[in-house]
Amino acid sequence: MIGLLASILDGVLVGAVYGLAAMGITLIWGVMDVVNLTHGAMIVAGMFGVYLLVDATGVPAYAALAPVLLAGFAAGVALYWVAIHRVVGQPPLMSLLATFSVNLVLIGLGTALWGTVLFNVQVSLPGFSIGRYTFPGTHLMAAVLTAVIAGALYLFLYRTRLGKAVRAVAGNREAAELVGIPTTRILALSCGLGVALACVSGALIATLFPFTVLSGDAYQLKSFVVTVLGGMGNPTGALLAGLALGLLEGVATPFMPVSWTLVLEFVLFVVVLIAFPGGLLSVRLRRRRP
Amino acid sequence: MILRRPFFWIIAAAIAAFAAAPLGGDVELRESLLLAAVYITLASNLNIMLGYAGYVNFGSIVFFGLGGYFCIWFMNSLHWGLVGAVLAAGAAVSAMAFLFGLGILRLRGIHFALATIGVVEAVMAFVTTFEPWGGSTGIYLSTELFQALGGPAAALWTIYYLLVGVMGLSLYLSYFVKRSKFGVGLRAIGQNEDAAVTLGVPAPRYKAAAYSLSAFLPAVAGGLYFFKGAFIQPADAFDLTLSTEAIVITMLGGQGTIFGPALGAYLYEELRGWLLTSATFANFQLVVAGVLLLAIVLFAPGGLMGLIYRRFPRLKRVLE
Amino acid sequence: MSAILEVERLGKRFDGLQAVGDLSFTVNEGEILGLIGPNGAGKSTVFNLVNGVIAPDTGRVLFRGADITAEAPYRVARRGLARTHQIVQPLPAMTVLENCEVGACFGRENLPLARARAAAREAALLVGLEAQLDAPALQLTIAGKKRLELARALAAQPALLLLDEVLAGLNPAEVARMIETVRAIRARGVAILMIEHLMQAIMSLSDRIVVLNSGRKLSEGAPGAVAQDPAVIEAYLGDPGLARNGR
Repeated sequence: MIGLLASILDGVLVGAVYGLAAMGITLIWGVMDVVNLTHGAMIVAGMFGVYLLVDATGVPAYAALAPVLLAGFAAGVALYWVAIHRVVGQPPLMSLLATFSVNLVLIGLGTALWGTVLFNVQVSLPGFSIGRYTFPGTHLMAAVLTAVIAGALYLFLYRTRLGKAVRAVAGNREAAELVGIPTTRILALSCGLGVALACVSGALIATLFPFTVLSGDAYQLKSFVVTVLGGMGNPTGALLAGLALGLLEGVATPFMPVSWTLVLEFVLFVVVLIAFPGGLLSVRLRRRRP
Repeated sequence: MILRRPFFWIIAAAIAAFAAAPLGGDVELRESLLLAAVYITLASNLNIMLGYAGYVNFGSIVFFGLGGYFCIWFMNSLHWGLVGAVLAAGAAVSAMAFLFGLGILRLRGIHFALATIGVVEAVMAFVTTFEPWGGSTGIYLSTELFQALGGPAAALWTIYYLLVGVMGLSLYLSYFVKRSKFGVGLRAIGQNEDAAVTLGVPAPRYKAAAYSLSAFLPAVAGGLYFFKGAFIQPADAFDLTLSTEAIVITMLGGQGTIFGPALGAYLYEELRGWLLTSATFANFQLVVAGVLLLAIVLFAPGGLMGLIYRRFPRLKRVLE
Repeated sequence: MSAILEVERLGKRFDGLQAVGDLSFTVNEGEILGLIGPNGAGKSTVFNLVNGVIAPDTGRVLFRGADITAEAPYRVARRGLARTHQIVQPLPAMTVLENCEVGACFGRENLPLARARAAAREAALLVGLEAQLDAPALQLTIAGKKRLELARALAAQPALLLLDEVLAGLNPAEVARMIETVRAIRARGVAILMIEHLMQAIMSLSDRIVVLNSGRKLSEGAPGAVAQDPAVIEAYLGDPGLARNGR
């Protein structure tokens, strides 16, 4: 019983990072109605970012987070201008295919450069033990850092003018434009933020588990599950839903083989989409037009 | 009446060309054309959802792979003949697609697209642990099954012609759907689903039917393809590359047209062949596909047929 | 005259705003009922509630005696209720003829494709789009697109037509033409419920008027009577004194 509890708690810690990743998706989705199918590739980019920095400079892994965050932001803005800008007003099919194609390019380059070999980032951090059970220090650190980053995002969105502009554009782009908000720049900014979140969550995951170029797919699926659970365009929901998913994984992993977790999550995804299209929480960043 | 339309005969000519080309016994050509036929089958059926209704199915490989698994299982464990097994596989996959579609297609395009990405992962994870279907090692077919078709060499020819037949059926299916009331409804959904629904198009049913229909022939093709290889395993059966390529091909040739996927398949196969032999680009197959797709989406969303129709609008009356 | 549409105590709330509250009215066969009210009064919401785009919180909608409350829009269309949109919603890449075909195929008559084509042609003719049958819908002017909305709805041979600001954005000549078209449609036996802001037009077209304000029915009756109603004047102009002092 205690073992299950420990598994659940550990799951919640990891779930926090899932929530962070999902915030990246939900931000872009909420602000510009675009589903970012490069999300998985960006998570992998974050993983490799940490790996390469640590490998090249020997800095501790956590010091690499800031550069990865900044690089992710730049990549997101670039992504916006290259692939998204032209298709923002068009049917969702187009933006899906646009981001999908960039994903192909990124994963293709990744596999060409690094193959499908397993990579690992060495982090040594003392764990926290209760009785027989140890919570890995990396898991605790990841949860703490997630809280910090999520907190910073909140401060930005709800306490700064720029953040208000982002929320305005998410609510009603035309109206925001009419009051003088430079919507295109806000869209690029939001895309930058979304990708930065993806990259930094990838960086955190790299401190937890080994990874390959193709790991992005599984984490992308988890991010989407979390996003629909929490409600599209709802960062709070994403974080909470991430914790919920982590909790679910914590419950499930002692009882079923690892590959089944993905099946379970997919079934959950479909069920939530069908039964609760608005997510399990009702507060939203972006109001639906009546 | 449909026999009077020139396009009907253009498709027939294409099928005849495929059938006649390797008649001299050119096995290499046959294999190349077989792959093209598979691509055309997948792209044409994908078009029913993508080009008409505007719903991207990222996981169309799931039909192909499941079709392969059902067919091989029917032949291996239930000892059915090839044609029966292949048709049953198609029916089984279609039925599953209809049920899944009824659930997932009540939602909009984005949600559906995401679900199709996940479904491949989920099905692959499931099949990998499903022992009756060989789990992660897969199933090997005993070669005596080829004896029923006159031995391995003759069997390969039979399979080729059957696949050409499937390709032809796919083109005709795509054509008949487009010209039917069902097709009008699908295209209305693709243009503006809200307006279509207000006009009376029963969208949930139509979308599920289209999804199910678009599953049948790829499943049959999958059955034939994996029977030919006498072996199936999850990694091959659910390789996302093939459904990705189907999307690129459909967009490249021109979504919503019938000739488009065929044209796109031909061009793509040429490109791919060149890439694989070129030293620099061997690993960059997907990168090139991605760049190509992005260029099409950003600058020529109608694909090659879109460009051709803009230049020669009269052709719209002849080609589709 | 029998009722073709009965709205009974319809209510809908959006996140704290009562968009429509306790609304009841009737549209009779063969009549033109005008629905007016200040901006934000809830008029388009009423349309959405009637044809099934959104489900009401309270109340019922009866069409030809049958309860269609919260029924899916395509089922409502199949029963013979067609609507146009305030912001035009053409099927952009399809031609004018194809747009109308969709209406004819999936509306009340549920026609097979060949007969639908003929019905579509006829509908396009009625609104004056016969010259542009093969033009893609996105190439039409705003007036053309409005006429296409109308033609598409008509192609379905509806018993009741919901017109949402069909005159908005048109110049005076186009308005006059559209008014004639609306009259011609009514002459064919189609009942019409129309939302409009052009006061003169709707007052002259409508047999009866229902005035909405903040989601509730403010007044109902013949156009002349409604125009004199002090409550209506106050709602539009804001100052009851203006009503007391005459116009």
